[in-house]
Amino acid sequence: MIAGLALVAGIVLGLILRPTVPTWLEPYLPIAVVAALDAVFGGLRARLDGIFDAKVFVVSFISNVLVAALIVFLGDKLGVGSQLSTAVVVVLGIRIFGNAAAIRRHLFRA
Amino acid sequence: MSEEPEREPVRRRLTGRHASAAVIGVLTLVLGFAIAVQVHANSSGDSLSALREDDLIGILDDQNARADRLRQQISQLQDNLRQLQDSGDRSAAARRQAEEQAQALGVLLGTLPATGPGVSVTVTDPDGKLGGEDLYDVVQELRGAGAEAIQFGAVRVGTSTWFEGSGGTVEVDGTQLSAPYLVTAIGDPKTLDTALNIPGGVAATVRAAGGSLTVTELDSVSIRVTATLVKPKYAKPSR
Repeated sequence: MIAGLALVAGIVLGLILRPTVPTWLEPYLPIAVVAALDAVFGGLRARLDGIFDAKVFVVSFISNVLVAALIVFLGDKLGVGSQLSTAVVVVLGIRIFGNAAAIRRHLFRA
Repeated sequence: MSEEPEREPVRRRLTGRHASAAVIGVLTLVLGFAIAVQVHANSSGDSLSALREDDLIGILDDQNARADRLRQQISQLQDNLRQLQDSGDRSAAARRQAEEQAQALGVLLGTLPATGPGVSVTVTDPDGKLGGEDLYDVVQELRGAGAEAIQFGAVRVGTSTWFEGSGGTVEVDGTQLSAPYLVTAIGDPKTLDTALNIPGGVAATVRAAGGSLTVTELDSVSIRVTATLVKPKYAKPSR
């Protein structure tokens, strides 16, 4: 509940403030967003499963973001930045789909 | 007091739940903010700023190559333009020259009207003794003195003009003429006058035949009669 409200509030805040992304953050922000979304879907699924743990959620959220940023950073340094970003997005996308399927089963029993 | 030990863990759990809810709220707030910012940054025009260094270098190379190609094209087209202008100038000059030549030839051949300083000659023949030859001599004398255009009676004298007849009426280029004959010629007036009045010349001949030849020097004579050129039937230009 709080999470949903905060998400909406964040989106509204971003739309109102319209800040420009700093240059050093530009390559990491999209990947970080996708990683955080993965954590959020994972948390939602855990909550529906009745095994939600705030600590696990917070840690997985932060570590997801950091690992994703680190992979992109390393990829850039190794010269395979765009390929690694694609790989990260694909993996996270698959996980998000899996979690979304579980959530769907809980909500619609189908 | 017995509730005390029970309430303590409950309160800790509550504060723990509140704290974790706050942390989750902050995290999701940041996530929403980041989503909005990223979507905004992605959609707001400047697509280059989101690209990586390698891609930017590739794009820069492409643009440089394209600029080089276009620069080459520009210099090529400028060369073409210069060539075309040169040839245009040359053909315009040639055309001007040809026009001038055509006009000069037209005046000399009698196909164009002409004006300039010259003389007016009146030949009288009361006894009707002057023939075609005598009058042709007048024309020849004028030509010899440098006359550039000559009108004999109502006939423009050209390269193929002929005189025929004797005594009184003369045929010039198929036109019947009779005395007095009026001849107009363009050239240096003094020279023409002198040539006609040279001792033992045309004037003397006319006088011997009982007529008279008077020359009037004029600053401006205009010859409006023109001759038509006959196309050569046998002769063709050769190099």
